[in-house]
Amino acid sequence: MPEIRTETMTVNMGPQHPSTHGVLRLVLVLDGETVLSAAPTIGYLHTGIEKTTEQKKWQQVIPLVERMDYLSAQSNSLAFCLSVERLLGVEVPQRTRDVRVLLAELQRINSHLVWLGTHGMEVGAVSVMLYCFREREQLLNINELLAGFRLFPSYLRVGGLREDLPRGFHAAVRAFLDAFPAKLDEYEDLLTTNEIYLKRTQGVGVISKDDAVAYSLMGPIARAAGVDYDVRKSFPYLGYDTYDFKVPTQTRGDAYSRYQVRLAEMRESVKLCRQALERIPPTGVFAIVDPRITPPPKDRVYTEMEALIQHFLIYSQGFTVPAGEAYVPVEGPRGEQGFYVVSDGSNRPWRVKSRPPSLLACQALERMIVGGLIADVIAVIGSIDVVMGDVDR
Amino acid sequence: MDQNTLIASLQDAVPAAQLESVPSVDLQTTMYVSRDELPAVARVLRDRSDLAFTFLAEVTAVDFWPREPRFELVYIIVSIAHRLRLRVKVRLHGADAHVATVSGVWPAANWLEREVWDLFGIAFDGHPDPRRLLMPEDWEGYPLRKDYPVQIRMTPRASEPLQVTEEEFRASVTKDRLTRG
Repeated sequence: MPEIRTETMTVNMGPQHPSTHGVLRLVLVLDGETVLSAAPTIGYLHTGIEKTTEQKKWQQVIPLVERMDYLSAQSNSLAFCLSVERLLGVEVPQRTRDVRVLLAELQRINSHLVWLGTHGMEVGAVSVMLYCFREREQLLNINELLAGFRLFPSYLRVGGLREDLPRGFHAAVRAFLDAFPAKLDEYEDLLTTNEIYLKRTQGVGVISKDDAVAYSLMGPIARAAGVDYDVRKSFPYLGYDTYDFKVPTQTRGDAYSRYQVRLAEMRESVKLCRQALERIPPTGVFAIVDPRITPPPKDRVYTEMEALIQHFLIYSQGFTVPAGEAYVPVEGPRGEQGFYVVSDGSNRPWRVKSRPPSLLACQALERMIVGGLIADVIAVIGSIDVVMGDVDR
Repeated sequence: MDQNTLIASLQDAVPAAQLESVPSVDLQTTMYVSRDELPAVARVLRDRSDLAFTFLAEVTAVDFWPREPRFELVYIIVSIAHRLRLRVKVRLHGADAHVATVSGVWPAANWLEREVWDLFGIAFDGHPDPRRLLMPEDWEGYPLRKDYPVQIRMTPRASEPLQVTEEEFRASVTKDRLTRG
């Protein structure tokens, strides 16, 4: 029998491929259906937000950073606010901290729902997407109630929150939290023991514990590989050490483990939200009282000269931040997230650098797909939950 | 382990490193390292079991133009086992902006260093893949430098389709793959 000669084929996947979550481009070299090498090419969504922030006042940076990782807007602004507050040397009141915990956890559920929906759809479970977006809609409605904006609320501010919680907020969140665990069971019914889903994800895109550490994959990907690291536990912020929650981990490090970890994380987030909601009185203090940083209440602006001057100064010049540097990490939906901010003592940042968990996940992508099948590439990209806005910034 | 013991023990391990501790507001131990000793210090930080800084959270740079030395490279590293965070900084002069890569110590540094090269023009000696990361490969200048012109209008250039044959494309990809190991 004559020897069959095969040659490798180079395939350009992306940047317009619908399953690459935006504009990720992969140059794949294939031997039949096996991936021999993969070269991720990024930068198609690079908008230079970090450069733009250097021309903005501190408060104006918040809408910009929310648009970096567009699926976890409030985690970004939380990390930014914490870093700037550390530089300013201010500590927000307890009630504000609890509201921030609640918003961060709702944001985590929100982000994980988009992940589950798109990932499910990519491996063939289209109905999962419809289910997930149904619940996400409720979360977006809560955002709308809160801030009038669904995706990028800009509700967190340096020094606290923009305004007090609206009427009906507790009831809306409670209604969501009461209904959501049953919905999670529905997703699990659809996927956890689904033969097709198991075939598509078990043993696919495996990354070992050592590799997860070496490639700095802090977050659900590392926890699925057995790295027990969560910023909320290891370096608590916002009083997370006073909450009762677990950090779910798995050991196999494949796409299915990541699914299990994220599902379990959503259940833990529901627990955290319940605890936070218990602690938050419906009305109360929502920001620090510091005439240099936070604007005075509107009724005083209309009646008092000093308050009007304060208001004018804050909205025209902003506030100055003492010279120095700070980096306060938070546990975002995709792993450790933080903003390294440098101030020269003026009212504009000297440097704002985001730590992008998706960039590092993208870097490790090559390790997870080389040697696998081309059909699995999509399953793996879905399972690492990259957001190109966070990769390119 | 407190700041002083950490720095003293590092100084013992790498005598040539001129370690200089600085106060920080965010409770992350911060120190400057002399440029030439960075890889040796990095190796000690990762490998010694009482330190075990296995996670490299961030590599970035700050440009303090027109001050000299204008660049400060910042490495944020985490020890999960000991719950420690450390910020290692390196000062670089604008005329001599290069430093040895640490991607051999922490593989995650590969893209992070490429990004610093891309946006600040700081070269990493011995880097396995020294290309731009975010900007197009033919971009001029380093956008995050403080002396980079902003808010200027450039006449748009017409883009031509890439004039390569299939063989050239294939060869380029293969070469790319080989050089990247």
